[in-house]
Amino acid sequence: MSLPAGLRATPLNPIHRRLGARMVDFGGWDMPVYYTGILEEHHAVRRSVGLFDVSHMGEIDIRGPEALALINYAATNDAGRLTPGRAQYSALLHEHGGFVDDILVHMVAPDHYFLCVNAANQEKDYRHLKAINRFDAEVDYSSDRYVQLAIQGPRAQATLQKLTPVALEAIRYYHFVDGEVCGRPARIARTGYTGEDGFEIYLAPESADRTWEAILEAGAEFSIRPCGLGARNTLRLEAKMALYGHEIDASINPFEADLAWIVKMEKGDFHGRRALLQARDSVRRKLVGFEMRGRAVARDGYEVYLDGRPAGWVTSGGPAPTLGKNIGLAYLPVEAAEPGRVIHIGIRDRQLEAVLVPTPFYKRGKS
Amino acid sequence: MYPEEFRYTKEHEWVTVSGEIATIGITDYAQQQLGDIVYVDLPRVGDAVMAGKTMGSVESVKAVSDIYSPVTGEVVEVNATLAEAPEKVNQDPHGEAWLVKVKLADAEEINRLLSAAEYQSYIEAVQR
Repeated sequence: MSLPAGLRATPLNPIHRRLGARMVDFGGWDMPVYYTGILEEHHAVRRSVGLFDVSHMGEIDIRGPEALALINYAATNDAGRLTPGRAQYSALLHEHGGFVDDILVHMVAPDHYFLCVNAANQEKDYRHLKAINRFDAEVDYSSDRYVQLAIQGPRAQATLQKLTPVALEAIRYYHFVDGEVCGRPARIARTGYTGEDGFEIYLAPESADRTWEAILEAGAEFSIRPCGLGARNTLRLEAKMALYGHEIDASINPFEADLAWIVKMEKGDFHGRRALLQARDSVRRKLVGFEMRGRAVARDGYEVYLDGRPAGWVTSGGPAPTLGKNIGLAYLPVEAAEPGRVIHIGIRDRQLEAVLVPTPFYKRGKS
Repeated sequence: MYPEEFRYTKEHEWVTVSGEIATIGITDYAQQQLGDIVYVDLPRVGDAVMAGKTMGSVESVKAVSDIYSPVTGEVVEVNATLAEAPEKVNQDPHGEAWLVKVKLADAEEINRLLSAAEYQSYIEAVQR
């Protein structure tokens, strides 16, 4: 089985193919969309535990005496609030205030920050960081040095704990520890993209195969499932987590995307801040969640109508398996962005009814 | 796998004819490609359908796919059970999960479609 020309593959690609995964071209990467079925994999994560290969994601290290100064100038959230072992959701912006990418910033040490960035954006992010770097800090493109696995679901901790001496119970949400998994060095972060409890671990590519197998074995008693990008998408949509290229891109600013909480205007200057100062008071469209009234499915790119007139567009849409409904996210004029408002989605030759609802669509219970 | 008495399209529909009524569905290959099916959008009884033209769509968790009518005629029956149980298309695409029955305008039309053997070699070729 040869790879389609031009596609990139993670070190686990042969394992996915051996497992019979249906593969898809995801932003230039040959990735599993599902192994047995998106619904089964989705439910495994909500009810027990699932394992994802997310090694297509990019990693960038920022090191040096002014590492903090660079990350705080490059990204919107306040990395000055981090302490070693903590992670933070943040964004890189263009000068004009639109998104370059959304990222995770991990503070490893006062002179070392570790970024996890989107697969399709990693080279762009790296060039962007290099271009705006006027600090005593080095930007190091390190994606090739990491495999990233996501172990997600209420049984994630019980599964992973069998394979590491690190006390996982003590790692709080958005914290991480540099330790070992299967006797090999690994960065273990309590983060995820599913709306469920879980871990994302970063390890050397040489350790990928045996760690993947060991996690599946450790999770067997919990009926762990290998999960593809299909379930990753339905899970993140229920949790209303943004996906670059859908909810966010260069034409959207954080205020529109309902991500004002990751923008710390008062922390001092950052790239894109001047544009945001103006944008803040003139936000015209906003990201909203909706539920379809009937069984039809809204998909990204479909037009949204208010009182019969085109007024916005769907950014992501599909079935929400946990909720048993069809849901979506859309940009609409701020004056219409109220839960309860009835809207219509253009689905092929029809305009079908949907209603705006509060988000996230799904929020896990506190354990 | 692919019943001998059916005819097939390259868009992965099947059709079988009894008298002047054609029963239409999507193939096992199609349901495999789509994955978990969550919604089937079908024409109504009385609608005219035309060979090669869109007559509805199938939604899986991941994507939407058009259904093309393999024949020309008038819809005389729609499989109502699929409205509540679209997953039947995954479970029994060649049987219980037929989509529509069409009264044929031209009984000869189906002879232009693929035989089971032709369809089988077609999907083997596209998978390669």
